[in-house]
Amino acid sequence: MFTSQVLFFGFGWLFFMRQLFKDYEVRQYVVQVVFSVTFAFSCTMFELIIFEILGALSSSSRYFHWKLNLYVILLVLIFVVPFYIGYFVVSNIRLLQRQKLLFACVVWFTFMYFFWKLGDPFPILSPKHGILSIEQLISRVGVIGVTLMALLSGFAKRWAFSDITCGAYIRYDILALERRLLQTMDMIVSKKKRIAMTRRQMYQRGEDQNKQTGFWGMIKSVTSSSTGSENLSLIQQEVDALEELSRQLFLETVDLQATKERIEYSKTFQGKYFNFLGYFFSIYCVWKIFMATINIVFDRVGKTDPVTRGIEITVNYLGIQFDVKFWSQHISFILVGIIIVTSIRGLLITLTKFFYAISSSKSSNVIVLVLAQIMGMYFVSSVLLMRMSMPLEYRSIVTEVLGELQFNFYHRWFDVIFLVSALSSILFLYLAHKQAPEKHMTL
Amino acid sequence: MRELEFTATDGDRVLPGRKMASLDRVKVLVLGDSGVGKSSLVHLLCQNQVLGNPSWTVGCSVDVRVHDYKEGTPEEKTFYIELWDVGGSVGSASSVKSTRAVFYNSVNGIILVHDLTNKKSSQNLYRWSLEALNKDSSPTGVIVSNGDYDAEQFAENPVPLLLIGTKFDQIPENKRNDVLTRTAFLSEDFNAEEINLDCTNPRYLAAGTSNAVKLSRFFDKVIEKRYFTRDPSQMVGFTDRKRFNFKSLHYD
Repeated sequence: MFTSQVLFFGFGWLFFMRQLFKDYEVRQYVVQVVFSVTFAFSCTMFELIIFEILGALSSSSRYFHWKLNLYVILLVLIFVVPFYIGYFVVSNIRLLQRQKLLFACVVWFTFMYFFWKLGDPFPILSPKHGILSIEQLISRVGVIGVTLMALLSGFAKRWAFSDITCGAYIRYDILALERRLLQTMDMIVSKKKRIAMTRRQMYQRGEDQNKQTGFWGMIKSVTSSSTGSENLSLIQQEVDALEELSRQLFLETVDLQATKERIEYSKTFQGKYFNFLGYFFSIYCVWKIFMATINIVFDRVGKTDPVTRGIEITVNYLGIQFDVKFWSQHISFILVGIIIVTSIRGLLITLTKFFYAISSSKSSNVIVLVLAQIMGMYFVSSVLLMRMSMPLEYRSIVTEVLGELQFNFYHRWFDVIFLVSALSSILFLYLAHKQAPEKHMTL
Repeated sequence: MRELEFTATDGDRVLPGRKMASLDRVKVLVLGDSGVGKSSLVHLLCQNQVLGNPSWTVGCSVDVRVHDYKEGTPEEKTFYIELWDVGGSVGSASSVKSTRAVFYNSVNGIILVHDLTNKKSSQNLYRWSLEALNKDSSPTGVIVSNGDYDAEQFAENPVPLLLIGTKFDQIPENKRNDVLTRTAFLSEDFNAEEINLDCTNPRYLAAGTSNAVKLSRFFDKVIEKRYFTRDPSQMVGFTDRKRFNFKSLHYD
């Protein structure tokens, strides 16, 4: 049991070093340790679920491990990670260098306050379950994260391949943009040369002027230099506008290049394979949306899970008789395993992409900790949600360990958020898609 | 004092039929990882002032330094050196890299900037220099490098390099020697001079310091290679060693 935990820890460490921090130097080992610990404990939770299904290890030891794991994760997610996030954010701001610890504690208390407040408006339970209510909050936040990520990854794939239509002229567009970019840079350069030349002349004239002492010398120097500096500020404004233009052109060129590469990639076999997967995935997303709508509209909470229902259907309608217990165990194991593996993999990939997009050498520590927090929340909530897809007998231990949480509430909440984010991302993508072809026309 | 006039542009418009030819410019790239201080360095070199609010460079920002070639001798001449500060990191997406490559055309010199407090930024300089120099190879030349570092290429490199290490003041006294030996190795590898400074303190580049001398020697070398070598094909990459005839100009 513990060996596997060590293994996961090592894996998290490796991932951190190889993927996330490829271009940065690890100066604060704490960050790395925290990240790996979060990863390790999240993975052990999944492992425990699998053991549950397989029936490995004795029931009491499983229970013990569950509890242990849960408490450690809660500890990490609520105390350790936010504290370090606050600490690193504060140490980045130069003003507050003196009393880092104090400010970090302040930040942490604010965080706890908001966390608690978030729980109030919801019909979450009895106040006697003090610690467990915190866990509910974690799960709620995690649920939101889960839906958003699932949605975005599903839709992104489908959208990426739908702009093949404007691919034919993209090469010319890129060349035209590059030419414009270089022309803008040339104009900036020539203006800057004028500024430098004028400044230098003014400086020399200033030196000559300094040799003339007295009242008239001062007046002369003021009048002659004022026209020069007016000119300068005018040119400087033009330069600023041109620099802004060059930045925009650069970003547009990068976008076009990225589109062009995506198009080329989609023509290869690998691209076609992913394209197909993308379609499959989007169909799956659509089906999920459908189910969510039905659940809400008919106010139904899923009591039976897909596995048992699938087996029921096969038994009743197809008349095939087979050993229900035996098969249900294996099938649910496989299903759960697939879900776990794909979600972990998807999460790690998304995190890596996100990290590359927004990190810089200053904020990399903070961002990694934020990612660790998100990861922890995601895993906790997916454990909760998985309860729905497992047959009844396996749900018992989960229910036991986590106490009386209103699972129904969670599923309802999940469906609502899923629907809302699905609709909004459809809308968003539609709008973005409409804008993109217009942009290409005007070039 | 004579000044080099740029008659290709009339004010701000480019005259029709006579575009700003690449023959008239001295272009030096400033490369390095994000956050090492390239923008602060360029501002210091061009405006002789410390940059008050450094922000992330998107794309490329250019500034112009007025340099007196062969200062103090009768052949003194003023040149405008363009410092092109290209933003980004070596691990950027390939779309960003191909867009960046637009800026690497016809380069006359490269300043490689690394952060003395961050070893990775120094290691990434090898990749940066390869990215910039490989783009510059002539179309008929065979590209020898496959992305790996090869010391021989730098020894014969026609583009002058300068190595600048920033954030020198943030290194504690006891670690300074290690850092300096490390950078000495780097400068040997690149066959380049090195300067270590702090971009927020202009005294490192004050007139008369050895840093200022190295800097002005570097710019002189760039200008020489640009204007005073007898070689017609200026913009060659790594491989065409036999093609040029170097006229080495020694001056001290």
